[in-house]
Amino acid sequence: MSRRAFFAVALLAALLVAGVGSYYASAHPDGLEHVAEQAGFADSADEPKTGDSPLADYRTKGVEDERLSGGIAGVVGVGLVLVLMGGLGYALRRRRTSEPAEPVEPAESSR
Amino acid sequence: MHVPDGFLDAPTSVATGAVAAAGVAIALRRARTELDDRTAPMAGLVAAFVFAGQMMNFPVGAGTSGHLLGGALAAVLVGPWTGALCISVVLMVQALFMADGGITALGTNITLMALVGCGVGYAVFRAAVAVLPKKASVVAPAAAAGALVSVPVAAAVFTLLFAIGGTAPVDTGKVLTAMVGWHVVIGIGEAVVTGLVVAAVMAARPDLVHGARGLLPARELEIREAAA
Repeated sequence: MSRRAFFAVALLAALLVAGVGSYYASAHPDGLEHVAEQAGFADSADEPKTGDSPLADYRTKGVEDERLSGGIAGVVGVGLVLVLMGGLGYALRRRRTSEPAEPVEPAESSR
Repeated sequence: MHVPDGFLDAPTSVATGAVAAAGVAIALRRARTELDDRTAPMAGLVAAFVFAGQMMNFPVGAGTSGHLLGGALAAVLVGPWTGALCISVVLMVQALFMADGGITALGTNITLMALVGCGVGYAVFRAAVAVLPKKASVVAPAAAAGALVSVPVAAAVFTLLFAIGGTAPVDTGKVLTAMVGWHVVIGIGEAVVTGLVVAAVMAARPDLVHGARGLLPARELEIREAAA
């Protein structure tokens, strides 16, 4: 599989999980929330400070349809994370290609 | 396991914020050795996939759910330092845009899920690879082992922080038992997802898996036509 095809398939998988699959995710409290409720410290949580964000709680503000509202939030989130971490990865990477098919500059290979 | 604002007091949140900032600063330096033109887009993809995976809560019984934390998965796929950056970016986007995990608790969440998650996940992965046969087929099971251990350890570290700086007067022993108990079960889910995803990437492009370096058969030299 070419690298381009691999990346396309992986990105499609992430978009499908976040955009479509998440609708079918369990709505039960997660492990920490459950323990907090059982042990009696759930009430110590503050109201979220970013609760009025247009994507708060993985719901898109103004979109009534549950499936669409969660799906849009998921897809936007995947896009945001992809751009931020992909950009960081490119900014931090070593400026040297390691594609075996491409010639390596002698000056760089001999450090 | 996203800690909201208010669970931990201000001094503890400041302390975990300092730990997270130091950890991310070190990761930013060390990730340079893991990233090149081939793996940089992989880092973005892994972060995006972890974000998606964290939306996919699976039931673990008794009205409780769990979701992928992704520390071990990211560490094995792109390296532990880059992996910690991936999880940190996911947590930042969740706290800022999705109201998932508190803003003052961001340092706590980065410490638990990025630093402890990737650190423990990768350490257990490397230990498993060291004792298993030197074959590429051990990468996915070893990653699953790292995932399995990383989740209850992160839960135990949360309990430690709660014992130090919890705002509610709750018995620590009770919290520890419940946290570790539930997160062992969630860790099994984490191990299954991590093992399957790493196995899929190993089947498609093993050369893109950081944790498989040194385990793949040497590639034969070949003549390729240069891209026009």
